Amino acid sequence: MTATVDDVGAAASTDGQSALTVNNLWKVFGPRADKIVGSPEADLSRADLLAQTGCTAAVRDVSFEVSPGEVFVVMGLSGSGKSTLVRCLTRLIEPTAGQVLIDGEDVVSMSDTRLRELRRHHVSMVFQHFGLLPHRKVIDNVGYGLEVRGTSKADRRSRAQEMVDLVGLSGNENAYPDQLSGGMQQRVGLARALAVDPSILLFDEPFSALDPLIRRDMQNEVIRLHHEVGKTMVFITHDLSEALKLGDRILIMRDGALIQMGTPAEVVATPADDYVRDFVSEVPRSHVLTLAWVMRPPRPDEALTGPEMAPDTIVRDAARRVIDAADPVKVVDNGQLLGVVDQDDILRVIVAEETPS
Amino acid sequence: MRVTRRRAGRAAALAAAASLLLAACGGGDIDSGDSGGSAGGADCGDFNMAINPWVGYEASAYVVGEVAAQKLGCNTNYLKLKEEIAWQGFGSGKVDVVIENWGHDDLKKEYVDKQETAVVVGPNGNVGVIGWYVPPWLAEANPDITNWENLNKYASDFSTAETGDKGTLWDGDPSFVTNDEALIENLKLDYEVVYAGSEAALIQGFRNAEKNKEFYLGYFYEPQWFLSEVPLVKVDLPAWEEGCDADPATVACDYPEYILDKIASADFMASGSPAADLVSNFTWTNDDQNQVALYIANDGMSGEDAAQQWIDDNPDKVDAWING
Amino acid sequence: MTVELTEIEHPAAEAPVPQDDEGGGRLRWIALGVVVVVWVILGVIFHGKGTQDLPVSQLTAFQEWLNELRNTIEDAKFNGNPIFLPIDWLSEALDWTVTQLQNLFVSDSSRPQGVAQVGWAGVVALAVWVAYALSGLRIAILALAVMLSFGWLGYWEQSIDTLIITGVSVVICVIIGLPTGIWMSRSKRVTSVLTPVLDTMQTMPSFAYLGPLVLIFGIGNPGAVVATLIYALPPLIRISAYGLSTVSPSTVEATTALGSTSTQLMTKVQLPMARRTIIVGLNQTIMAALSMAIIAAFIAGPGLGIPIIDALSVLNVGIAFVSGMCIVFMAIMLDRATSAAGERSEATSRREVNGQRRRLILGISAAVAVVVVAISHNQLRWNVFPDSEWGRRIANWVNDATDTISNSIGQFTRWLSDAFTEVFLNPPFGLDAWFVDAPWWLVSLGILAVAILLGGAGKEATPRLAAAVALGAAAVLMSGYWADSPLDMSWVIYWGAVVALLIGSSAVGGGGALIPTAASISLIFAVGLWNDSMVTLTMTLVATLFVMIFGIVVGVWMGRSRRVDATVRPFLDGLQTLPALVYLVPALAFFPAGRFLAIIAAVLYAAPVAIKITADGVRSVAGPTVEAAQSLGSSRWQMIGKVQLPMSKGSIVLSANQGLLFVLSMVVIGGLVGGGGLGFLVINGFSQREDFGKGLAAGIAITALGIMLDRITVHTAARYGRADTA
Repeated sequence: MTATVDDVGAAASTDGQSALTVNNLWKVFGPRADKIVGSPEADLSRADLLAQTGCTAAVRDVSFEVSPGEVFVVMGLSGSGKSTLVRCLTRLIEPTAGQVLIDGEDVVSMSDTRLRELRRHHVSMVFQHFGLLPHRKVIDNVGYGLEVRGTSKADRRSRAQEMVDLVGLSGNENAYPDQLSGGMQQRVGLARALAVDPSILLFDEPFSALDPLIRRDMQNEVIRLHHEVGKTMVFITHDLSEALKLGDRILIMRDGALIQMGTPAEVVATPADDYVRDFVSEVPRSHVLTLAWVMRPPRPDEALTGPEMAPDTIVRDAARRVIDAADPVKVVDNGQLLGVVDQDDILRVIVAEETPS
Repeated sequence: MRVTRRRAGRAAALAAAASLLLAACGGGDIDSGDSGGSAGGADCGDFNMAINPWVGYEASAYVVGEVAAQKLGCNTNYLKLKEEIAWQGFGSGKVDVVIENWGHDDLKKEYVDKQETAVVVGPNGNVGVIGWYVPPWLAEANPDITNWENLNKYASDFSTAETGDKGTLWDGDPSFVTNDEALIENLKLDYEVVYAGSEAALIQGFRNAEKNKEFYLGYFYEPQWFLSEVPLVKVDLPAWEEGCDADPATVACDYPEYILDKIASADFMASGSPAADLVSNFTWTNDDQNQVALYIANDGMSGEDAAQQWIDDNPDKVDAWING
Repeated sequence: MTVELTEIEHPAAEAPVPQDDEGGGRLRWIALGVVVVVWVILGVIFHGKGTQDLPVSQLTAFQEWLNELRNTIEDAKFNGNPIFLPIDWLSEALDWTVTQLQNLFVSDSSRPQGVAQVGWAGVVALAVWVAYALSGLRIAILALAVMLSFGWLGYWEQSIDTLIITGVSVVICVIIGLPTGIWMSRSKRVTSVLTPVLDTMQTMPSFAYLGPLVLIFGIGNPGAVVATLIYALPPLIRISAYGLSTVSPSTVEATTALGSTSTQLMTKVQLPMARRTIIVGLNQTIMAALSMAIIAAFIAGPGLGIPIIDALSVLNVGIAFVSGMCIVFMAIMLDRATSAAGERSEATSRREVNGQRRRLILGISAAVAVVVVAISHNQLRWNVFPDSEWGRRIANWVNDATDTISNSIGQFTRWLSDAFTEVFLNPPFGLDAWFVDAPWWLVSLGILAVAILLGGAGKEATPRLAAAVALGAAAVLMSGYWADSPLDMSWVIYWGAVVALLIGSSAVGGGGALIPTAASISLIFAVGLWNDSMVTLTMTLVATLFVMIFGIVVGVWMGRSRRVDATVRPFLDGLQTLPALVYLVPALAFFPAGRFLAIIAAVLYAAPVAIKITADGVRSVAGPTVEAAQSLGSSRWQMIGKVQLPMSKGSIVLSANQGLLFVLSMVVIGGLVGGGGLGFLVINGFSQREDFGKGLAAGIAITALGIMLDRITVHTAARYGRADTA
């Protein structure tokens, strides 16, 4: 069953080269930070490490891979090291140890010039506090990345205008950032990141400074953009529902270390430890779990005459049809019967949420 | 918007036309006229006169400066400088003349003997006296006060809040030539020096003291216009002898009589400027200086105006300076 | 404006020491009381002993050494030492620049009657046009009125001269200051090295360096420009470094992430975003340049300083008043113009719709200005400002009024001066008893104890204490009081140690007031001017006491009422922009020379700053808190005493800090009018060749006093002032 789930969940997993690979990444802040990695002290708890060495390990020994076109979410509470992690990817913060490969090239050992090339062409980032230039119009903010790499004014204007249109800000290109709402400002940030046509987009808690309603709009916007432009995305958030909504896969961090990595359904269905369990306990499982997680082998006495559904159908979406159907629903992938789901299976998921566990 | 622009455009055209018109009219009344007041002697050029901070000096400086400007066509610049700074200006050509110098052997040694940027041009005719003075009412009421040996007796009368139970000896500008601190120490006087800061402050002090019959002992000097308003009385210190003031730390005698002299920049004196001859020839009496100083300090005239008045009143003396 | 500045001035202020609990606080107050009592008792016992009084005519070995240094420099210059080649070249370039501008705008000796190339009408037209272009119509009108007032008051040429010296200095300030500010904003190390240098530039009394400047650059224009530069540069460096380093970090990060080079980051992000702050710095620099350009008259710098010095030497209050008016008007014009330009530059760059129309108007007005310039070149009437009686009339009127007043209150003011001096300064009651007439060791230990109790010893107090003791011992050994200074050239080592300690303590976080205080005390002792420094310290403390009284009383009054604020503030602005020298003239007319006079001038000079900071502090007490207190039925005095004052504690400490520094700078000027102490020595060193070394030593001592007082108050503020910012 696990194997099946993996196949279903890791939708983006391909056999080709990964877009981003992180191997044993460390970031230690403090005096003589580079001496910590590899020493026995590296195994100390955060508090002990600080007490003994004055150092804080913001990222400890994190490894993961992101496939092209995947939306990869890094999630954790504040202080868990997720923002440091994402900054290490393009060396906005210098990693202490480890390897970061983007399109197969090691970022950590890059020269400054090459690193700048990377930032200008391949990876761009959207920030929590937008980081817009208050003295520039929207269109010039969006075109900033093109400007610093030397694109002519006409070219960058037209490209920036495209991006402004793409993020739905048409008509606001001559406004200044302080004349826009928070949501609109973040759209500018998004357009600016998209303007340089990067292969990877990094998001550092981009919507946590926004109102809930606007946040939902912006999440949908990201989903839409992902469909339209298909970029690889690494998305940092402390909001689990955001992570579940956007992520193809989720990496959960605590105290700088990787706790669990998997698809949203995996994380919800099989939390790695109490920390994660506590995290996901409030999540409506029916919104996350797919039929693959609730199906069971057909019992011999069951008639296999019910409707067919795909294994990655979310339980909530399938509920009405399963309950309406007289016979159990068949879960079918590529014409092959994987299992069945009946009313009881569905109700068990939905009712379980009503009664606190 | 359109209207505004058109109107503005018209205004611009108008302005341009006006400027053309002006250009067409040619120059005004400055370059076309003759070169105005500066008569003849165009070879004089700049004449840089230092002004040290006391009115008597100003009197001499403005008279020489105005004569140079009016009779020789010099472009006279007056530079308000303390003595030491003024002497430094000789080398760079910023200062041409210090018209009234009180001793200053240290400066002569440096700039006349060593650097040779300055030369002593000779006496200016004034005789300088430096000393300690009291208001006339005080000398009249206590005749023995003018002998330094009795000063300690009156120390508490001369005391102020500034000096506690010691007597106060008021000095002027810190740049003035003075041995007072050492004198008090070496003559074992129960006094302390307080710097009033300027000649004007000393004069005000003496004036108030005379009016209100108060004790006031101060550093003062002649030539000095104020003495005609309030005839201050000089206190006798141990008489000056050659060399008694050689070491500033042990000096215990009165100030010498200063034959005030003129110091000038060596380059300036060698330049052949007519003003250099004027400076060489300039000499006048203490009374002359007091007269001009009185105009400045008491009648509130500017230095230039006061000098003008005196020049108008004394054409023969002025002629003598110019014609050698 | 002032609040901004003062907050900016200590960007590196260390993280505050964690708040002590109530008990610790009370204990400290008790300890402070014990220190004072012990100080008083020992002061009585040892009265008049070990006061380290150095007779005026006597110089210590160090001071002699400074004299020799001066002679060495003079000889080197005289002998054509190649070091002076670039300096001579520089001073000639400065002289040439200023002279060309003077030919252009003031007076050109190559023209008939020495008229300027551009006459007054042209200069006014240009000034108005520039004001309009940069700052808008209101400022243009202001500029017109101010420029014309220069002529009407009879100081046209002097005013333009002052503008030229100020302008040239400010341009050089920008050329040097902006890159330095950028450099400082990028490196902590540079900041910690430059901070003491900038402190010194700002607290070293100008008279202490006017002499050496003349020696190196000569009198007149070059010396004036360089002196102005030295004094005016620090605000621009400090404030632009502050502005640049506080540019929103998220924007810097975002633009770095897009691959900006560091140059692109600076030019496209940091400089534009810090523009407003940098203009505030520029404004401060212009104001400082203006006030120094006046003092530069002492070394034959051209401009409005000349009539002021004249007025001071003949006690002509009227002339001082009228030329002071010119300076104040000029300051107001420059201040408003730069502030408005700062706000406008953003607004105009946004208002693109009107761009074309604006350009047109600017073009037309430029054409008009050019026409006026052309006319003023040719027509005598428009070239030489017509004679005006106004200045003389006002001066005469002021003089008459002064005579009347000083005749009628002369007796009273002399009594007041005596009484004040007896009560506040002279022993047995006055502060002199505990500073000037007490033994040096008692005073040093007392000051150190107070510094530690108020400003803290910093982390790892023991090694710091040890370093302080070592420093003090070195100072005592080297001061030349006990031995005939066998360690002559080891001054260099000593200086090295002091500078290293100062830099070190400002670089290491959580420094506390101990090290800077110990270093300052040692420095004062080492330059051999202990007693004179104590005279100055006493005057400074007494003056600051009164500054604080005015600051709190008037500040609370202003802070509570907008109307009072609006009425009083212009007067405070005026008092602040008036150069220190100008105060002395009327003060000297009404009061006898002496310390009291210097204190009055200092209080007048420093009170406006203290008042403004306190007023802003009281006003900034949060509205909800005031509302809550009101709803609980607080009376007016309860509101002031229990809410507004305690909550603006931080501002009050800050105003004490600024008050102290302003007072100190004025107390020096008080040396011109019988103030005695270090101020007199500085002036004296400027006036008498053989006292140069002593004067410079006094300048160093003043700087040390300033840094000491500053650090004690800053660290005190950091420890106690947090309550109202939380």
